[in-house]
Amino acid sequence: MARWAITIHGGAGVDPKLPEQSQEEAKRVLARCLQIGVDALRAGSSALDVVEAVVRELETDPFFNSGRGSALTRRGTVEMEASIMDGRGRRCGAVSGVSTVKNPVSLARRVMENSPHSYLAFEGAEEFARDQGLETVDNSYFITEDNIGMLKLAKEANTILFDYRIPDTCSALAGADNHKNGMVMNGLPISIYAPETVGCAVVDSNGFCAAATSTGGLMNKMTGRIGDSPLIGSGTYACDLCAVSCTGEGEAIIRSTLARDVAAVMEYKGLALQEAVDFCVKERLDEGFAGLIAVSKTGEVAYGFNCTGMFRGCATEDGFMEVGIWE
Amino acid sequence: MGWALALHGGAGDIPRSLPAELKEARLATLRRCLDVGTAALRAGRPAIDVVELVVRELEDCPHFNAGRGSVLTADGTVEMEACVMEGATLRCGAVAGLSTVVNAVSLARLVMDRTPHIFLAFHGAEAFARDQGVETKDPTHFITEHNIERLRQAKEANRVQIDYTQPLQAQAPTDDNSQLGTVGCVAIDAAGNLATATSTGGLVNKMAGRLGDTPMVGAGTYANALCAVSATGKGETIIRHTVARDVAALMEHRGLTLRDAAARVVGGAPRGDVGLVAVSAAGEVCMVHNTTGMFRACATEGGHAE
Repeated sequence: MARWAITIHGGAGVDPKLPEQSQEEAKRVLARCLQIGVDALRAGSSALDVVEAVVRELETDPFFNSGRGSALTRRGTVEMEASIMDGRGRRCGAVSGVSTVKNPVSLARRVMENSPHSYLAFEGAEEFARDQGLETVDNSYFITEDNIGMLKLAKEANTILFDYRIPDTCSALAGADNHKNGMVMNGLPISIYAPETVGCAVVDSNGFCAAATSTGGLMNKMTGRIGDSPLIGSGTYACDLCAVSCTGEGEAIIRSTLARDVAAVMEYKGLALQEAVDFCVKERLDEGFAGLIAVSKTGEVAYGFNCTGMFRGCATEDGFMEVGIWE
Repeated sequence: MGWALALHGGAGDIPRSLPAELKEARLATLRRCLDVGTAALRAGRPAIDVVELVVRELEDCPHFNAGRGSVLTADGTVEMEACVMEGATLRCGAVAGLSTVVNAVSLARLVMDRTPHIFLAFHGAEAFARDQGVETKDPTHFITEHNIERLRQAKEANRVQIDYTQPLQAQAPTDDNSQLGTVGCVAIDAAGNLATATSTGGLVNKMAGRLGDTPMVGAGTYANALCAVSATGKGETIIRHTVARDVAALMEHRGLTLRDAAARVVGGAPRGDVGLVAVSAAGEVCMVHNTTGMFRACATEGGHAE
């Protein structure tokens, strides 16, 4: 019988000066969500059920950037996205542009199970949510004071950092050095940048893998901007061998189809889980900053990131359990 | 070596009984687009420009499921999506949920070139289109009689179909002069740069808001330093099989040739679901499908053309 294992994340790219208090709170939230997953796995729940339950919990807690507590668009609204993938049969479901559904990951699951499609967005997704009777709330429910403040700072920073991809139009703040050492991510100084997502990857006691990712997306994003989280193969992937959830600079994750690459390298090159994770983080991200968590069907857990930190937790059947932020 | 180009106008269960004049109209457009593409390559245009301009031509042709001629959603509306990707730099752009933009592929390119993002959809994408001053038309411009009819048939059969899939149950005897699927183009230019572009109206009778494989980098569209791929067929299958990305991954990690990698990926998907065109850094072209047919064309500098 296979051994179960679970990893979770609350986003990659953490301000090294994050106050101690916030760090403790992050770890408490991570530990609590991890425990929910562990209890469910001990009780024999399927990987798919576990990733959904854990991500729901992460969405509901306002600390991380998903569900309540999501980053805000440039208009000050919330547009959430999520995806879920069942390694068995590689079934998948994803949603984008969700603005009233309390738990986007659950809507993604419904798309997978109750619709003929894999991905629904904006009004179509919202309508489907109503058809499915999912819990909906006013968009303001998702908006927190903290993020209103962050949006303001981001707008100010963006007027200084015109286009972080074009070095000579940027201010000293966005100079090559700062971007190289992760002090600027997605065009924002790390103190303002909000790690983008939450996610969970699980292998259950039957050896089946599943992954889910959920986010409010990039602070101050253009409305209609879709990131990596709902894109199967980029932010989320699961197959027979493993399950992966990514976080960080969405555009970098998409270009490198990061989640699929971890699995592809295992499948086609025969690398073991940690080697695959390390390879992808080191070789695929180029100048982008990101992190990921992964589990393998044999019960291993792994994570990797090339930025300043990643909120994460993992637990395995033999009793190992940890949460962390830094290297 | 040298430049090479391949394009498609969709894969699926193209009925043998497709009326000759419709088939001819599509083949004629493919030939014309092939000429447009090869002329541009001979003139030294970069691959990314070439794939964009070929796909623009295909979008403008009402016989293909992209731009004008896009299939309709369950609500009778058009929601178009497209994606471009540049192999050398891995830069990419994607759009979805468009209803007024005449050339979705060009908007996708603008997302790539002029925003810090990769993917814009629905209202946000439409607003960006207006900011950029791209050509837009009333949504009715994109709707054709054929597609209104196709939607009606699909609703009767109460299915979602890849454009021209013959009815699975024997009941609906429609001689499906169905439209074709997604359009796409891959190219390698004289300088050895690879690029791909794909554009579509999606699935007939799809739920409003349904996004397919076309705008999803790695699924319907992908290019890197080894190859450029554009896929077509059943979106949900292409997504879960990460078709375009996998062709490149097999070449990279297993050392397969383009031909073998493409054959393996297409062969690994359910019969009737997938087709693709691809070119490699070595200038090979490949067009493969596990469907009854796929409208396609290719040409290489070496003189090979189909």
